[in-house]
Amino acid sequence: MNGPKIRASEVTDEGLFLNRREVLRLGAVATLGAALAGCPGADEADAAAGSAPAGGSAELRKLSGVKPADAAFRVDGPTTDPKDATRYNNFYEFGTDKTDPAENAHTLRTSPWSVRIDGEVDKPGRVPLEDILAAAPLEERIYRFRCVEAWSMVVPWVGIPLAKVLARFGPTSKARYVAFETLVDPEQMPGQRRNVIDWPYREGLRIDEAMHPLAFLAVGMYGRVLPNQNGAPIRLVVPWKYGFKSIKSIVRIHFAATQPRTSWNDLQPSEYGFFANVNPEVDHPRWSQARERPSAASASRRRCPSTATASRSRDSTRASICVGTFDEPQALDEPQALDGPQALDEPQALAGPRPLKDRRR
Amino acid sequence: MRGHRATDRLLRLGAIAVACGPALALAGRYAIEGLGADPIKDWTHTTGRWALRFLLISLAVTPIRRFAGLRGIAPLRRTFGLAAFAYALAHLLIWSVLDLGLEPAALVEDVTERPYVMAGMAAFAILATLAATSTRAAMKRLGARWVSLHRAVYAAALLALLHYFWQIKADLLPAWIHAAILTLLFAARLLWRFRRPASGTA
Ligand code: HEM
Repeated sequence: MNGPKIRASEVTDEGLFLNRREVLRLGAVATLGAALAGCPGADEADAAAGSAPAGGSAELRKLSGVKPADAAFRVDGPTTDPKDATRYNNFYEFGTDKTDPAENAHTLRTSPWSVRIDGEVDKPGRVPLEDILAAAPLEERIYRFRCVEAWSMVVPWVGIPLAKVLARFGPTSKARYVAFETLVDPEQMPGQRRNVIDWPYREGLRIDEAMHPLAFLAVGMYGRVLPNQNGAPIRLVVPWKYGFKSIKSIVRIHFAATQPRTSWNDLQPSEYGFFANVNPEVDHPRWSQARERPSAASASRRRCPSTATASRSRDSTRASICVGTFDEPQALDEPQALDGPQALDEPQALAGPRPLKDRRR
Repeated sequence: MRGHRATDRLLRLGAIAVACGPALALAGRYAIEGLGADPIKDWTHTTGRWALRFLLISLAVTPIRRFAGLRGIAPLRRTFGLAAFAYALAHLLIWSVLDLGLEPAALVEDVTERPYVMAGMAAFAILATLAATSTRAAMKRLGARWVSLHRAVYAAALLALLHYFWQIKADLLPAWIHAAILTLLFAARLLWRFRRPASGTA
């Protein structure tokens, strides 16, 4: 994937020409605008136009007119304490410790924001965030978010289905994959001053996965605008895949004919696959995925209730139940295709069915 | 003489206070901020890091004593070494009891299939042996062998470092900082030998 890189200046160009005082003034105006837009009945198109307050500790703007989650798109039970969901993040652009993003992400400027659309599409271009959000009304999705490190959270996201957005740009018949990139700007993202990852952070989905009704673009969580550390202003949420697939602060969506590079796969191909579907049956080479540590539920780890069944039947939908991505039978039928043996057998799948020993040298 | 003993005791109490610092800080953070998103991982990492750090601090006592001429600090080697063992023990208990719930199958799987756990186990076995033989009585009983036995502390540090590197996902920098410190400590020891070929060990 050698498309042109998006330089930070392309998305923050206005800021570059402003001096510090002007930036502050503009920030004040944006905040005011955001407050006004927060009045009941405000247009969804303004949803993420307001920049998020520093670190997300201040009250973020409430999103209005959000359609509540359908039964098919929600996990039952308690959601994770927002404090935990906003203070425990993997977002290496702001540092590699879990607490770094909450401390450092205030430097990210989320407005104005645009996303470059390119590759195998009829309508490429640089699209302002507001136009992207015009694709569909805001709705809520309550998904279990499972990290490859074996912790999990249940988060009520606000956003729009990815499929609705992608369809608007007219993918050509050659578009077999969708690739995403995060902003690169070491000034706003201090973690990028070190090459822990070959920036930009890259992720991707096969087109059928991207068009799946569960794949979601979030601009908010817990009814409010996304805090910067959670990937403001717009991020992906793919509930049946490990968290690292759910790329944050997206500035580019590229339609590709071949499988794109993805950051963790680049970094450690033997440990992180392209597909990376959540599967308690298949261990990470260095740790088990059979147990999950749900956030805040208790200080002790929960064994996935279905692990035993899963290993007996090799029924991959069990994986979804175990990680609680969706409980509704209707929804379960769908990810089955994606989670099925076909995807897992691909050599790139997070940990194919190969036994552990083969992967160690 | 009495003055000496008083400073000795003060020094040791100070070292014990320092050793308790990270545990108290952890407890304080939970009192203020609550459990957080992934407390088991947090406790595992904090105790693991401090086990390694106190091991390095313990190894730094002798070079500092020699190069700075601070003869009185020798007992701190033992205090900090025991602190390293205490944190390693907490680390092991958090992993085995809270993380794996003492489930035999899970324990066996982790120990037999994850090389980083094996390295940690080996490091812990050494630390436990050294802690058990850290008393005056053991010193007397073992005589000259005590010194060679306790040189295994370097192997423990190397194994702990290996264990640290082996479980990292992406960011190697913090581990390299620990590795650099251990290298410096080795270098200081070699330098001393080189300067004093006749003076033996310890
Ligand atoms: C008794 C055997 C041991 C076991 C079973 C064990 C287990 C673990 C586990 C499960 C982790 C976390 C891995 C992860 O997050 O994926 C870890 C990390 C770590 N352990 Fe151990 N460990 C042992 C002994 C030790 C000893 C003796 C030391 C040091 C003297 C040590 C130092 C560390 C360090 C520094 C880390 C990384 C912490 C970080 O990244 O912040 N471990 N260990």
